[in-house]
Amino acid sequence: MAGAALPGRLSWRLADVLGIEPETANAKTLVLDVPEWPGHRAGQHVDIRLTAEDGYQAERSYSIASAPNGTALELTVERLDDGEVSPYLTDELRAGDQLELRGPVGGYFVWEPRQAEPVLLVAGGSGVVPLMAMIRARAAAGSDADMRLLFSSRSWDAVIYRDELDRLAGERLTVAHTLTRSQPAGWKGYARRVDSAMLQEVGPPAGHKPTAYICGPTPFVEAVAGALVALGYEEQRIKTERFGPTGG
Amino acid sequence: MDALMLDGNAAAGLLQEVFAVEMTTALETCGRCGASEPLGAVRVFRGAGTVLRCPHCENLLAAIVEGRGRVWIALPGVRALAIETEGGDEG
Repeated sequence: MAGAALPGRLSWRLADVLGIEPETANAKTLVLDVPEWPGHRAGQHVDIRLTAEDGYQAERSYSIASAPNGTALELTVERLDDGEVSPYLTDELRAGDQLELRGPVGGYFVWEPRQAEPVLLVAGGSGVVPLMAMIRARAAAGSDADMRLLFSSRSWDAVIYRDELDRLAGERLTVAHTLTRSQPAGWKGYARRVDSAMLQEVGPPAGHKPTAYICGPTPFVEAVAGALVALGYEEQRIKTERFGPTGG
Repeated sequence: MDALMLDGNAAAGLLQEVFAVEMTTALETCGRCGASEPLGAVRVFRGAGTVLRCPHCENLLAAIVEGRGRVWIALPGVRALAIETEGGDEG
């Protein structure tokens, strides 16, 4: 679609790839420069479109990982072996290349630094990406909001942003890990799927009117959202973003 | 295959390209069960096009297909769509 000059209208634009940084064995962060980027809000995503030489196009959505104040736009992409788009982004793309994207997109799954209520973030695997944007936005804005991350990963090596989360964690930003498949020797954290007892231990009490953001595979999101409702969280304060393999 | 977003978030870019407003916070009311949800919270299924279903009763809310220089948007199951007009969030 031609980009008419309507405020709010999105159109496809070209981003320059500044660099690609490994996060884990399967996840990499693409650092992009997008000319005339209008800025974004923590939790938003972009759509990426690849076009093959024969004209075939594939489009995927990727959450923005960077805080809104950053100069570069960062996307963290998990490689899926039989994916149409992610193996290209993680294996083939190089600094200096260009990438077609549309965004920033979304407003429902967004956290603003002016939000003062307690926040529970629950991530399954690469579902941490938009939540990391919220954590980074909180730090960048000097927000004092009570924010708690419960992060489910398969193993310690699969924890995306592990060191940065360690650095940022403190009294008002807590980070709890659960490792569902394997744990390092002497692991003292959780070692099971997220459940109601865990959410109750980690999350703000329902009586404090917290907002919850849950991002991960569909069954994970459904289970966590259901458990939070049972714990008394208000449904309209539970925001979800789900992903999963699908061919439609 | 890749992990795809499976909420209204997945259709948000296309909808904003068409409507020129952020659509994930637009409130839809299901024509069958009457539940209201932000578009960001409805279920999305992707095949040749994009299908949006009510998260409560699975009713077909909308179908979006792109092609031949057009975007086709069918809204068979949406009773009403309330779109914010001035950047207001809840909260």
